[in-house]
Order: sequence, then C-alpha cells, then structure tokens
Amino acid sequence: MTDTFAKTTPAAGRLGPASAPPRRARSGFRPVRSIIKHALLILCALVMLYPVLWMVVSSLRPNDVIFRDPSLLLNDLETGNYAEGWNAFADPFSVYLINSSIVVLGAIVGNLVSCSMAAYAFARLEFTAKRWWFAIMLLTIMLPIHVIIVPQYVLFAQLGWVNTFLPLIVPKLLATDAFFVFLMVQFIRGVPIELDEAARIDGAGHPRIFAQIILPLMVPALATTAIFTFIWTWNDFFSQLIYLTDPDIYTVPLALRAFVDAQSGTNWGAALAMSVVSLVPIFLVFLFGQRFLLRGIATTGGK
Amino acid sequence: MSATTELRNLGGRGSTAKRQNKVAFWFLLPWFLGLFAITLGPMVASLVLSFTDYNLLQPAEFNGLENFSRMLGDARLHQSLGVTFTYVLVSVPVQLGLALGLAIVLDRGVRGLAFYRSMFYLPSLLGASVAIAVLWRMVFGADGLFNDGLALFGVEGRGWISEPETALGTLITLNVWTFGSPMVIFLAGLRQIPRMYYEAASVDGASRWRQFVSVTLPLLTPIIFFNLVLQIIHAFQSFTQAFIVSGGTGGPADSTLFYTLYLYQRGFGNFDMGYASALAWLLLLIVGAFTAVNFWASKYWVFYND
Repeated sequence: MTDTFAKTTPAAGRLGPASAPPRRARSGFRPVRSIIKHALLILCALVMLYPVLWMVVSSLRPNDVIFRDPSLLLNDLETGNYAEGWNAFADPFSVYLINSSIVVLGAIVGNLVSCSMAAYAFARLEFTAKRWWFAIMLLTIMLPIHVIIVPQYVLFAQLGWVNTFLPLIVPKLLATDAFFVFLMVQFIRGVPIELDEAARIDGAGHPRIFAQIILPLMVPALATTAIFTFIWTWNDFFSQLIYLTDPDIYTVPLALRAFVDAQSGTNWGAALAMSVVSLVPIFLVFLFGQRFLLRGIATTGGK
Repeated sequence: MSATTELRNLGGRGSTAKRQNKVAFWFLLPWFLGLFAITLGPMVASLVLSFTDYNLLQPAEFNGLENFSRMLGDARLHQSLGVTFTYVLVSVPVQLGLALGLAIVLDRGVRGLAFYRSMFYLPSLLGASVAIAVLWRMVFGADGLFNDGLALFGVEGRGWISEPETALGTLITLNVWTFGSPMVIFLAGLRQIPRMYYEAASVDGASRWRQFVSVTLPLLTPIIFFNLVLQIIHAFQSFTQAFIVSGGTGGPADSTLFYTLYLYQRGFGNFDMGYASALAWLLLLIVGAFTAVNFWASKYWVFYND
C-alpha cells in the first residue's frame, strides 16, 4: 500500500538523508525559482477554484448584483437566498436532502456488504473458473451503464419499483459496483495469509475468518469504498433521472435541475444558494476523508 | 511463503477445493445475482431488444435489422457521434497532459505538496455534480464570469453556452477542469520510480530533461496507458453536464448532443426502446473498439519494467 500518502510531506520522506546534502548545496539559486514556481502553482489553483469561490460568495449577494459583480468581495451578508431557496422548490429542500441521504446510505451499506464478500472469495478462496469470473468482474467495471439501462428499466418497471429508491439501492446490494470489489481484492491480497491460517488452526471457518480477521483489517478499504460511494451516489444524476419522476421523491440533483429548468434564469440567487448547500456534504467528505480518497484512486485508478 | 502454506497445499488438496467451491458460492452469491440479473441479463436483453420495435406499452415486435439501417440515415445520431468524438479526442489528451505536467512539477519536492494536491483534486470530486453544471451555465453565459475575466484583457466576450460554435468547448473545459484525479494517479506512479535510476543517470551526466525523457517517461508509460483507457471510457459516458447545460436538449443546434444524451432522448423521451437498445449496443462496440485499439497500440509505446 502506498503509505506515503498518509504522510503530510511525502516528498521529504522519499528524498531521505542520502540526497539531502546536494540539495542544500544547490540552494544558492533555488529561492527565486522556488518563488516563481509557487506563484504559478497558486495562480493555477486560484484560476481553477475561482468559479467555486465566486459561487459561494455570490450566493450571499442580492439577486440583482450577482451577474454584475465578478469579484470575491462581499459588502454585506445577504442570507435571503438561502432562506428563500430552501422553500422555493416544490418541497422544502430538506425533503431532497433526506431523499438523497436515504439513497446514499442504502448504496453505502450495499456496497460494503456485497463487495467485501465477493472480494474475500476472489482473494482467498479457490473455486472453479476463478480466473474467468475475475476477468468478467474486471470487464463489468468498464461496461457503460447505458448498455443495460433500457432492459433494466423494463425489469424494475415490471416489479413496480419505478419511483421508489429500490432501483438505486438494490443493485448495490448485489455488488454491481465491481470497481469496489477490485479495490478490496487488492487490499485483501496485501493482508498476510498467515493470519488466516492461524485462525484456521484455531478452528475458524471462512465466515469467521472473513468477519473476525479480514474485515477488521480492511477498514481502510471499507472507508475508501464508503467515501467514494457517497460522492458518486450523491452526485449521480443519470439513474436518478430515469427512476425518480415523482417530484416528492426527487433527490438533490433532480430538484436542482427541475428548479433551474423551470425558472429559466429568474431566481439565480436561490439556485446558487441551494447549489452550495448540495455541495457541502461533498466538501465535508473531501476535508475529512481525503486520505482514503487519495489512497483509493492511487492504488486502483478511480474515475 | 511460509512452511504452513506449503503444508496446507500438500494435505487434502482435492477435498479443500471441493469445499471451497461451496463456500465461495455463498460469498459470491450477491455478486452472482447482480451479474446475471442486473448486468449480463439486461445486456443480452438489450441485444435482443435492439432487433425489435418496442415502446414499453405494447409487446416488443421483431423488426430485423431495421433499427440498424435506420442508424445510417439518422442525422442526429451522426451529429451526436461527431460531438462525442470531438469531446473525447480533445478533452482527454488535454486533461491528461495537464495532469501529467502538474504531477511532474509537484513531484519535484515542492513544499506544501499536500496542499496543492488537494486544491487540484477538489474539482474532480465536484465536477460531476448538477450544482457545478448549473454554475457552468452561469459562468459561461453572455453576462457570466468568464466574459468578465476576458474583459480584463480587453477581449470581447460572447454567449459561450448559447452559441453552437462554443457550447461544446465549455463542456470540454469542464472535463479538463477535473484533471485532479489522473494527476493523483500520476503522482503515485512517479513515487514508484526508484531514486537510484536518477542517481545513476546524473552520474552519467544526463541533464534533467534527458532524465525526464529517458527515465521518467518510459517508467510512467503504464500509468499513462491506464489513465488513457480509463478516461476515454469515462468521457464516452458523459451525460450530466451536457444535460444540465443544454436544459436536456443537447442544444444549441445539437452542438452538445452527447451520444448518451441522444440515447436518453430516444429511450426515455420518445420511449423508442428498441432503437435505444440498438444505440446502446453501438456505444458498447465503439467503446470496446477504442479500448481494444488502445491495448493493441500499447505494445508499441508502453514499457513494462518487470
């Protein structure tokens, strides 16, 4: 595992004592280059993040100022957009936040349980045609959802699941997010097999080895899975657009879209404010779960 | 490998293999159900549906190759293919180039690496959301932030999203904006390159540029390849941003009509499920072909050290 990612200054750790002296020797002309480099990096980051910062600032401005002020300076705090936006949709915004949370929570639980079980089998058990199953699993990671969405819709429609959260949650309970199976397989392979064997000598079967040895050790992989599932499901639009058509069970992305399309540009303040609200959970996860995110995409790729 | 492993492999191999089949089945049961009921089953079903006329209300009617011959004369389909290819072939190389460039700059022992990495990574978490697409609509509108920025340099702006020539460009920009996640993968790859290679190269008198071309790039090709395959597949499936920015139409003048958006309009706007299934399979063939060509070409430029 790339544990360097956990450290705050991985570069220093990598360079080690052997390469430190020549670095210091060259430092005579380094400050200028270093300052230029930092200035460029900061400029680059600022240009990238400016629209997002502007969104946050503008959501705190009166409607008639939003499009006339490109700066980030805030003269007075106008929280009206939030109060107004919260109730400007068909339902209070809390309804959509709760709906999104239900879907996200179901997806997380589903992925954690089903993907870890499948991963254990692929990483630790021998069974017929394992290589083939594994190859199929890898291929399904790359399969565009659009290829299966029409018959899947027909299936769920016949089960009467359209306009429920089931089409968004049940597939996760069945490990269809193969990406996480792969991520967990990689992780379990790094756990010393001697631990399994010691448990087996003590009389533990596979279910117990899985539950009591492997699962506790793979908490970092589970955290990565939970965090990615959170972000992808929270942001997901396509499948929610298809399966949820009743405004009362709209999730956050659907509500935002309906609002923006219906308004055709009149109340941008409210739209901005609720957009900011919809990004807050992602931002919090980014703040507190960054370590797992970075490690996850560094080891397996990610989207 | 420890002695215990060897011992276990010696004793009763046949019987353990048999027993594990049963255990493995239970561990894999959810995955099997998902694979057959939610992935492979629908895949086959959509292949069958692609040879039918089906609108959800009446039973599907077999119509042979009609859907496929209809594709040949479908101008909007051709338009959507053009839009999608442009999007993929422009945004993916630019995005990966930027990701690689910044990863290399950051890898050279920059102070505050963790800070910069976070700042550059954040957009790739936000980029797929409806909220950012809404923001994009405002930023690239006629009186949006982007024109204000241009005005600083005395450049006359325009309605970037409302004009067919530039609307796709704003979506390409949005995809490039999310270069942070391939950048993190590049950074991890750069860290895997043993220091001693550089030391050996500098002992031999290689310049920094030479070291980059002869050491860094070859050793990084597997990661570049990996990112390329992944981002191409990903870009072909883009949907949300075009949908929000164009209000679901793919406009103006079909200039942002992504393939997936057209598929959605056919399948879930017109309930033309048979044709939509055929479109879905064409998408699979296109993505599969791109990936296959990628793997084939990788023999000529990807260098595996082991």
